[in-house]
Amino acid sequence: MLEKDLVIVGGGPAGMAAAISAYENGVSDILLLERDQYLGGILNQCVHTSFGISYFKEVLTGPEYSGRFINKVKAIDKIEISLKSFAVNLTKDKILTFIKPGLIQKLKAKALIMATGARERTREMLHIPGARPAGIFSAGLAQKLINIEGLLPGKEVVIAGSGDIGLIMARRFVLEGAKVKAVIEIQKQARGLVRNVVQCVEDFEIPFYLQHKISRIYGKNRVERIDVARVDENFQEIAGTKFQLECDTLLISVGLIPENELIEMAQAKMDKKTNTPVSNELNKTSIAGLFVCGNAFRIYDLVDSVTKDSVLAGRQAAEYLIRGSGRTIPAGLK
Amino acid sequence: MNSYDVAIIGAGAAGASIARELSRYKLNIAVLEKEAECGFGVSKSNSGIIHPGTQNPPNSLKGRLCVQGNILTRSIAKELGVDFQEAGELIVIFDERDLPRLLELKREAEALAVPELRIVDRGWLKENEPNLSPEARLALYAPTAGIISPYRLVYALCENAVRNGVEIHTQAKVENIISLSPARELNARFEIVTLKGTFRASYVINAAGLYADDLSRMAGIDDFTIRPRKGEEFILDKKKQNLTRHLLFPLPSKTSKGILVIRTADGNPMVGPTAEDAKDKDDLSTSDEGLKKVFSSVKRLVPAIDEADIIAYFAGLRPVAGEDFIIRYEDKAPGFINVAGIQSPGLTAAPAIARMVCAMLKKNGLNLRKKIIFHSKRKKPIHLFNIPLSKTQRFIRKDASFGDIVCRCELVSAREVSDAIAGGARTLDGIKFRTRAQGGRCHGTFCTTRLMKILSQETNTPLTAVSKRGLGSEIVKEERTP
Amino acid sequence: MNKNLTCIECPKSCELIVDIENCRVVKVSGNQCKAGESYCLAEIENPMRVLTSAVLGEGLALKMIPVRTDRPLPKAKLLEAMAEIKKIRINKPVKPGDVIVNNFLGLGVDLIATRECL
Repeated sequence: MLEKDLVIVGGGPAGMAAAISAYENGVSDILLLERDQYLGGILNQCVHTSFGISYFKEVLTGPEYSGRFINKVKAIDKIEISLKSFAVNLTKDKILTFIKPGLIQKLKAKALIMATGARERTREMLHIPGARPAGIFSAGLAQKLINIEGLLPGKEVVIAGSGDIGLIMARRFVLEGAKVKAVIEIQKQARGLVRNVVQCVEDFEIPFYLQHKISRIYGKNRVERIDVARVDENFQEIAGTKFQLECDTLLISVGLIPENELIEMAQAKMDKKTNTPVSNELNKTSIAGLFVCGNAFRIYDLVDSVTKDSVLAGRQAAEYLIRGSGRTIPAGLK
Repeated sequence: MNSYDVAIIGAGAAGASIARELSRYKLNIAVLEKEAECGFGVSKSNSGIIHPGTQNPPNSLKGRLCVQGNILTRSIAKELGVDFQEAGELIVIFDERDLPRLLELKREAEALAVPELRIVDRGWLKENEPNLSPEARLALYAPTAGIISPYRLVYALCENAVRNGVEIHTQAKVENIISLSPARELNARFEIVTLKGTFRASYVINAAGLYADDLSRMAGIDDFTIRPRKGEEFILDKKKQNLTRHLLFPLPSKTSKGILVIRTADGNPMVGPTAEDAKDKDDLSTSDEGLKKVFSSVKRLVPAIDEADIIAYFAGLRPVAGEDFIIRYEDKAPGFINVAGIQSPGLTAAPAIARMVCAMLKKNGLNLRKKIIFHSKRKKPIHLFNIPLSKTQRFIRKDASFGDIVCRCELVSAREVSDAIAGGARTLDGIKFRTRAQGGRCHGTFCTTRLMKILSQETNTPLTAVSKRGLGSEIVKEERTP
Repeated sequence: MNKNLTCIECPKSCELIVDIENCRVVKVSGNQCKAGESYCLAEIENPMRVLTSAVLGEGLALKMIPVRTDRPLPKAKLLEAMAEIKKIRINKPVKPGDVIVNNFLGLGVDLIATRECL
């Protein structure tokens, strides 16, 4: 079976930072798997600022931030990059299977770093009752449609939840010529950063309803309108507060879930509540040599923190490999 | 204007089964479907149970057809490459005082010739259905109950019917049926006006599900109405696929089989349905009350069930015409056959309904001559999720696009999506029902854009025309184009 | 007059108190860095924003090429700038930082690409 010292799953900011860090700490046989046809992960669709203030001391957009890592990763010949490659199976012995066009490959990794990011919580997880027509999108899908595919999902938009992607998309829709009718948040305060409330919602005078929820969706083929109601401390609808908003699109922006199905498949111990692996040390799992970093490890507000976390994971993987090989750890490790 | 021997209105489980059965004979057949794809009406929200024949009144038509259908479905599934799993059902009681009722159910089912029934006790249940509530005392066990994917069965029937010469016209909502006088037209007795043009036919089979009463009225028969009865269903994460081994039923009431714990053909546990009369025939909304009702009920059967595992929910409407199915040749409208009120166990009964309709046509003058070549088999579509990884290599080597993964949650490749489109998928829901892409835990957040692009390219339609389930449900409003 | 503002210069989102006299900022407090002061000045006297968006590529690897203005432009000009961005087509390869439009709308800012596209 093909063997690799280090396999990193995920070519977003976490995976790239981990790969560079592992290389800089002495690992010379690295395979980086990315399922998309480009490196960069979710940052490719985050065309807004402000990434990089803490890490690069500069204000960058998502593609600029990831672009710097892409250039760096590509320049290191010890990092083999495999695009359009889906990891589909992982065992506790760190045997990984991935599929790409024309190829299914099984390999044994001495160490693995899972940098698989997160997925968005969906309408289904909120149990919003009512119809199930077209026009309901996660905020991230709407972002991909507009920024990557050049497609405008809708003209009259309501945003459920106030996560950062949802707030950013409120502005993006307005700039694309759509009307954003409301942002509706069940909590007492915004989920996302205050700065995004200011520059994405208040700047465009979009109504922002705190302590409100969407209680029903209407529409036969396409979303036509929604019911909104005020909620009490226990998130229960307060009678008599219901009102309707007409819209053709509903965005769901209610947070992210770490994507750790491969780690779970490998039977590492999992915390069911957070969907992250249980371990007593940062970036580690209950399986020796299996590491996790970035949003798969913990949902971060800032990509700069993802980078920091992933650099550490890369170094830990390097230490694990060097210890396993019987070599002494060189002085002056990063 | 095209003239047909038989026009079938509705491409649900009943219409599709009839079309496929009739395609054995030398006939010109047209199927007229109002939706963008086959099976998009009542059938798509069917639970997928192939009932053994229990819980039907003795001497009922539906009971008889259900028992026959349970046998026929197995061979049809095999011929058409659709997975059928014999799961067995348990009708559970919590109080020994209900035993007489359970024995009555057993007697009634035996009168309908349901095989291998037996009463099982607490010890059996503990061993064979470990997550069932410890309070469950006894159960009626019917081992011949099974599970099938209702829409994959309908698609397979339709594809096979088309292979055997049947024409299927989608988005062809019937607006009117005109009876022609025999003097004017020798062969065709009916003119069917649809949104896709007018069709002539000698025989019309009304398998229009929720709208069968409207269609029947057009032909001059108005002695029944279809009332929609809503059922809400909740699908749980496949991580819980070992929750139960059998299909679990409580003791049925007069109107419904109760709220069940079953699983889908893909292995997800599914709980429901509710049974509420709905006001209108396109109200497929779900409700908070439905959720509460279903979970309080199923937790009694299986206490380990958790709302937190819900990954999807939907509602379906049963077309209720009365106690029993209405399947009859209408002497008042010669050539017109009603297949109406096909509620549960309609999916199971469908192949038996098809045979019954064939016999009616023959009895009423249609010449049924067998074709020399009838393609009884359909090649089973390849789905990576059905194939062990060790065997996947063979397919990827044969066609690289089997390695081009589109949907990460359910492991669906670009090749499978193309195959689905070749098999008739024209919408994102159609692709979902065939391949499972978008059906996993991320609900299409990852794969939607890719699916839209593949559908747009292969059907040569603009991205703005790609829809969830047909006209009016387009996904996006505008495209930036040069 | 005192006004409360949230600084949007960085994700720290400092809560600022601005002392305003005759439409002029006289004092800023609550800021953790210098950017807070200049933000308040601009926000009260002439609010400015960096515009980020994407423009259509023609015959390139990417359908949409992300862009931004290299410096902030007046907030009031955002929609006008967007209307212009929708008209632009890029038909040759770009790298991050390449200028797409010089002196965009005569506002003294450049529109630059933010992603490599071959």
